[in-house]
Amino acid sequence: MTTDIEDTVAPGIEPALRAEALESLLLERGLIDTKTIETFIRTYETAVGPMNGAKVVAKAWTDPEYKRWLLEDGTAAIGSLGFKGPQGEHMVVVENTPTVHNVVVCTLCSCYPWPVLGLPPSWYKDPAYRSRVVKEPRAVLAEWGTELGPDVEVRVHDSSSEVRYLVLPERPAGTESMSEEELAGLVTRDAMVGVRKVAAP
Amino acid sequence: MKDRVHDMGGRDRFFGPLPPIDPDEKPFPHEWESKAFALALLANRVSGANLHAFRHAIERVPEPDYLSGYYERWLASAEILLLDSGVLAPGAVEARARRLRGEDVEEPAAPEAHKPDMPSGGGGNLRTVDQPPAFAVGDAVTTRAEMRAPHTRLPAYARGRTGTVTALRPGHVLPDTAAIFIGEYPQHVYSVDFTSRELWGDGAEPATVTLDLFESYLKKAE
Repeated sequence: MTTDIEDTVAPGIEPALRAEALESLLLERGLIDTKTIETFIRTYETAVGPMNGAKVVAKAWTDPEYKRWLLEDGTAAIGSLGFKGPQGEHMVVVENTPTVHNVVVCTLCSCYPWPVLGLPPSWYKDPAYRSRVVKEPRAVLAEWGTELGPDVEVRVHDSSSEVRYLVLPERPAGTESMSEEELAGLVTRDAMVGVRKVAAP
Repeated sequence: MKDRVHDMGGRDRFFGPLPPIDPDEKPFPHEWESKAFALALLANRVSGANLHAFRHAIERVPEPDYLSGYYERWLASAEILLLDSGVLAPGAVEARARRLRGEDVEEPAAPEAHKPDMPSGGGGNLRTVDQPPAFAVGDAVTTRAEMRAPHTRLPAYARGRTGTVTALRPGHVLPDTAAIFIGEYPQHVYSVDFTSRELWGDGAEPATVTLDLFESYLKKAE
């Protein structure tokens, strides 16, 4: 059965109240429980986030064998660090170099590699980003301060299936003496989506 | 089929300044958003839906609600799934919300649930496909110009365009059929590269756009 979508419109009810109402309806019938709700929330508030992807990137920067594996079989190499789960069923890692720049989007919704980056930030879900980056990626990147030379090949990945992308950013200069852990501290969420580069320390 | 709000790629009406990037943005800037997130995932389970039906429900959220925000549309889609499966009665959420606000309103009785019953090949969305892939790396392929399914993963901007297969991905549940509970019909999925000129015309910024496309979206280029 298909619901008449107008049935869902509840004018004048703010989302916080709407969420509370939905929760109370399902709780009182025993269809959901508060513990599961808490677990879902806590997982994505604390355990799953861009710090996971940063570990993957730092390891790839310091371990050539791991990097080879990561580019060949992203799912297995990422899974070996314990990062797997919903929205990470099949991971593909794409490498940024001085001549190739990759950037990731989902124009149809906001598909995002949860196990390595957590839930998507607001800019990734914004209509301006979703509409523009497939058509004018250089302009989008420049607006966020990422200027690419004319000789750089730009590759945009629109996440239209269950394949999820992680960008392996370039390791910045001047980081030769840094440890894997210190390097992970430099890696940002935006660089792993490909909208910015990792800044030198 | 008319292009709907969610299919945003390349559409000028959504062009505008980008929001600032806050590197420290939290997963849930407002507390209710965390609740909406968990409730939407649970509504999927409770209503017997799947990921594709969930996305399809988000796509059916009326445009003003869709554009009001990410978790606003998740919340609305959770309600759609629960109404579709007869877990909740129309108007139930609104009535409960008004009661919570102190109004004296009558609540509709819970209807008889009629959850979808679609056989599943297992957890997740990756599946083994028995028949050999129709296309190989290097093949030129053209995407379908028309889409008939109410939910599909071929964006409007990439319809009727020709690109090159660059990789064969694992087989996937077909979203077009799973979203409406007809069946999983697993298919091969291909990464296909399109030049920006093919997608947007001669004046386009030079770039390559890669999409991961289901076999039935594609035919050999003529």
